[in-house]
Amino acid sequence: MIPAQFTYKRAFSVDEALDLAAQDGDDAKFLAGGHSLLPLMKLRLAVPEVLIDIGRLHELRYVREEDGHIAVGALTSHDELSRSGLLASELPLLAHAAGQVGDPQVRHRGTIGGSLAHADPAADLPAVVLALDATLVARGPSGSREIPVAGFFQSLFETVLEPGELLTEIRIPKPETPARWAFQKFTKRAIDYAIVGVAVQGGSVALVNMGQTPVRAAAVEQALAEGAGPRDAAAHAAEGTSPSADINADRGYREHLARVLVRRALEESQARG
Amino acid sequence: MKVTIKVNGSQVAAEVADRTLLVHFLREVANLTATNIGCDSTSCGACTVLLDGRSVKSCTVLAAQADGSEVTTVEGLADGAGEMHPVQAAFHAEHGLQCGFCTPGMVMAAVSLLAENPSPTEEEVRSALEGNLCRCTGYHNIVRAVLAAAPALRERRPA
Repeated sequence: MIPAQFTYKRAFSVDEALDLAAQDGDDAKFLAGGHSLLPLMKLRLAVPEVLIDIGRLHELRYVREEDGHIAVGALTSHDELSRSGLLASELPLLAHAAGQVGDPQVRHRGTIGGSLAHADPAADLPAVVLALDATLVARGPSGSREIPVAGFFQSLFETVLEPGELLTEIRIPKPETPARWAFQKFTKRAIDYAIVGVAVQGGSVALVNMGQTPVRAAAVEQALAEGAGPRDAAAHAAEGTSPSADINADRGYREHLARVLVRRALEESQARG
Repeated sequence: MKVTIKVNGSQVAAEVADRTLLVHFLREVANLTATNIGCDSTSCGACTVLLDGRSVKSCTVLAAQADGSEVTTVEGLADGAGEMHPVQAAFHAEHGLQCGFCTPGMVMAAVSLLAENPSPTEEEVRSALEGNLCRCTGYHNIVRAVLAAAPALRERRPA
């Protein structure tokens, strides 16, 4: 099984990547680790005419502390995130969740920027970054812009990124209580996408695979803010969600899983912090 | 496009279609057919090889992405004088295979794990092999083999 024909181009700098993307417009896709895009291309669910390989843009591989936030280069792999000492102390939620993506081989290749730009609601990191109130930095032909993550995901596989615009950095504010985190997901096999997942940081709760985009569990957050305990707050986990039905689960089962996993995650995060 | 990859220590260069997958480059251009194609969809791990020292599923990497890199397949593990690599020897000694189809990928995933974690616990071995499926379900002996290989590898490459 191989992808349909395309033209492969390779960029060695962000500027070169943007130039190449400007030449081909809508027909081009950026290729980072390729672990979301290449499987879709094999199935002809994505048929770009041009792939612009950004895998060698080492300038986008970093995790560093800046004034008040942690800056993560978009091309940092899941494996690198999971082994980062800085993330382990400042953003343990992200370090842990990155270590739960797929399997070791996938984590060696897959990148945080690729996962976010791909915008699969069943992926782990979009919900994690949503719970962490990140700001995404994108560069395009007309310069750089900052996008609050709450407005980034539009629909299934759709973000506000324009054609030719490249996600370059994820800026995450340092949580007041980094230790109050939890990440739970339910999968059929260890390596599968989550049927439902939940990321908790302090009073922020985001859900994996409970709609067309990752979503904040707003009713749970409100209950927590009003002093509810994990069990009572988690009862609201499915409110305002619109999970899909598929071979793994119908809608009612996903709603049930959301309530159970949110309760476990809240209990876990409170026990930590 | 022209792709040059150092496979098991030897430069292999060829003009290939842009959409050529690394696993096809290894099997059809480098003529190294130990790396198997199983699921073709990043699930089973049969096509696992080392790309610049780290395990990857070669069905989900373009040959073009690996251009200029080093790849190690299971054919590249033994020392050339007939001596098996400690992980291969341990799979043999512990009967870590049944039909053998998953074995090249299992061995390469184990080599990658032991490079990152020279003294894994049993649980860490099981977790690290989550991306490799054995349809004979011979997992217990595979895990035993990896645990047996760890001290042998540590002796060979003292820390």
